[in-house]
Amino acid sequence: MAADPAVRVIDLRKAFGTTLVLDGISLEVRPGEAVALLGANGAGKTTLLKILATLWRPTRGTATVAGFDCARQPERVRERVGLVAHGTLVYDDLTALENLRFWSVLSGATVGTSDLRDALAAVELEPFADERVRSLSAGMKRRLSLARVVLARPEVMLLDEPSAGLDPQGKKWLEEYLQVFKARGGAILMATHSFGRGLNVADRIVILAGGRIVLERPRTTLTPDELARLYALHTEDGP
Amino acid sequence: MRFARRAWIVVWKDLTIEGRSKETLNALLFFSLLLLFLFQFALGPDRERLASVLPGLLWLGFILSGLLGLGRTFVGERENDCWDGLRLAPGDKSAIYLGKLAGNLLLMLLVETTLLALFAVFFNVDIGPAAPGLALVVGLGTIGLAAIGTLFAAMTAQVRARELLFPVLLLPVQVPVLLGTVKATEAVLLGEPLGAVAHWLRLLAAADVVYVAIGVLTFDFILDG
Amino acid sequence: MTRALGWLATLGLIGGLVMGFGVAPREVTQGNVQRIMYLHVPTAWVAYLAFGIVFFASIGYLWTRSDAADRLARASAEAGVIFTGVTITAGSIWGKPTWGTWWTWDARLTSAAIMFVMYLGYLLLRGIIEEPEQAARYSAVLGIVAALDVPLVHFSVYWWRTLHQPPTVMKPGPVNMPPAILAALLVNVVAFTLLYTYFVVKRVNTLRREHEVLA
Repeated sequence: MAADPAVRVIDLRKAFGTTLVLDGISLEVRPGEAVALLGANGAGKTTLLKILATLWRPTRGTATVAGFDCARQPERVRERVGLVAHGTLVYDDLTALENLRFWSVLSGATVGTSDLRDALAAVELEPFADERVRSLSAGMKRRLSLARVVLARPEVMLLDEPSAGLDPQGKKWLEEYLQVFKARGGAILMATHSFGRGLNVADRIVILAGGRIVLERPRTTLTPDELARLYALHTEDGP
Repeated sequence: MRFARRAWIVVWKDLTIEGRSKETLNALLFFSLLLLFLFQFALGPDRERLASVLPGLLWLGFILSGLLGLGRTFVGERENDCWDGLRLAPGDKSAIYLGKLAGNLLLMLLVETTLLALFAVFFNVDIGPAAPGLALVVGLGTIGLAAIGTLFAAMTAQVRARELLFPVLLLPVQVPVLLGTVKATEAVLLGEPLGAVAHWLRLLAAADVVYVAIGVLTFDFILDG
Repeated sequence: MTRALGWLATLGLIGGLVMGFGVAPREVTQGNVQRIMYLHVPTAWVAYLAFGIVFFASIGYLWTRSDAADRLARASAEAGVIFTGVTITAGSIWGKPTWGTWWTWDARLTSAAIMFVMYLGYLLLRGIIEEPEQAARYSAVLGIVAALDVPLVHFSVYWWRTLHQPPTVMKPGPVNMPPAILAALLVNVVAFTLLYTYFVVKRVNTLRREHEVLA
């Protein structure tokens, strides 16, 4: 399966009723590569990530992760994908440690308490391991949800606005983690509409507007000013 | 083995959260007490009359508190998108169903036992000699109610007007369970041997098997598609 | 094709009327009122047939995810609810002169009424969910639950109305029915089955066209 790209999307369409949210997207992400998806709200970034994460089915076209079809072999895809989305997937009345234990056991993983504590230590939450999540700050909850994803050892990371709601500690940690993840051969697809430091990890930039890819370039060929100009150009006349 | 561990972690998670928040249990116990007052007010103080309708009242109480309790099965999963997390966790989704069902059974049996004790005290019924038979009937009936209730709670969790839709869908389907349990409870309270209502017990057992099987086989389609 | 089916159903119904009012004799004990049977029994049969088809179409949908199976389930459920409504009404009208009351908790009438409410809930669920794929999936599960529940409802209601457990639930039908009455009944059963088929085919076509316009 070495020939398979980590993520392959071919002519993907998604309609809700009569509205076309994705209108023929084709995209590939290779192992060890990071792609940033830029675009205004409603451009289709979240929809694309949700289809790849097997939460939604495409109306037409195919999406595969490591060669497995997202619509037809969702279980295979789920074993390989880590999704960081808007929801933190934490239960407020469980402690940080209990939250991690629940999700890892439910996913069928056999991890000991020391692994769970290590994961918490990685996101600097170890001192709060036995505190109920309700008492943690929003930024800490986001870090906890990152620990959950990391613990599952995904091959592909799908991130939807990962820096939203994350505290400075969390942002720094995430950037470092993603660099290491990439270096180890992991593939990253990251949606964002801010182009701050978070973009440093990206190898390629893809701009979506109105459910189509309007620009695709290696990041190093774009200066920040140029990127800002192109972004404004393509998103202004978007829907 | 892995399946059992996954089902158990769902039970453990729900019971831990319930143990800490006590949201559902406290409200249900209080609701049971209110029901008791309502029945008393609606039927007057005539003990004779109450005794004759007791099995019906008892199951009406179980079903009403069951509707409230079961309807909340997946409410906690809507916070922080945990529902998506359940879908994305790799593995057989029926483990989640069985875990949720077990948690619901425990909760309902707790509420039902309390309600039964309250009935015994307030309506002056001696349930002591009937206890083993009663336990069997209540157990069989509760499994059927909870099996479909858990499935329908998942079905209505993501839907508009769910508070209304849930009882509207559940009640007609539960007619066999309601009839069977009321008739069997009546006989048991009158001191008849269980053999006299064997056909009802068989019906309840058959309903339990059918309902749990449907739940296990179709839950994946509800949660995930 | 659909039109031919429509004419065939019309022809059948006319034949049924002729048989029911013209050929079949006036029943001895009940009089002309008994002729309601030619409406009551066939519609009851069609109702069960319709919900049986909902059951198989629902399984078919979950298996294949074909929109056609879902449309068949939906159309059949709608027709089934209508025919159940007719059968309950006819039964109730029949009950007034025979039993002296519009409604008795007769086992068969009660079962039909519960079935009516159950599938009304099915249609309610379909109507409330906006996303078509989700509506199809959820109602397929409900279609399976309801169909498997119908026999349980039947048994429980039957036992509830009789004090002791009867030897068999499937009572043998009136064997010594005069041949003319039996023939009239059969013609009507065929006619109403054709009518049901026509309804479903027509409705499935409409639903398919609706889907094509939207897509």
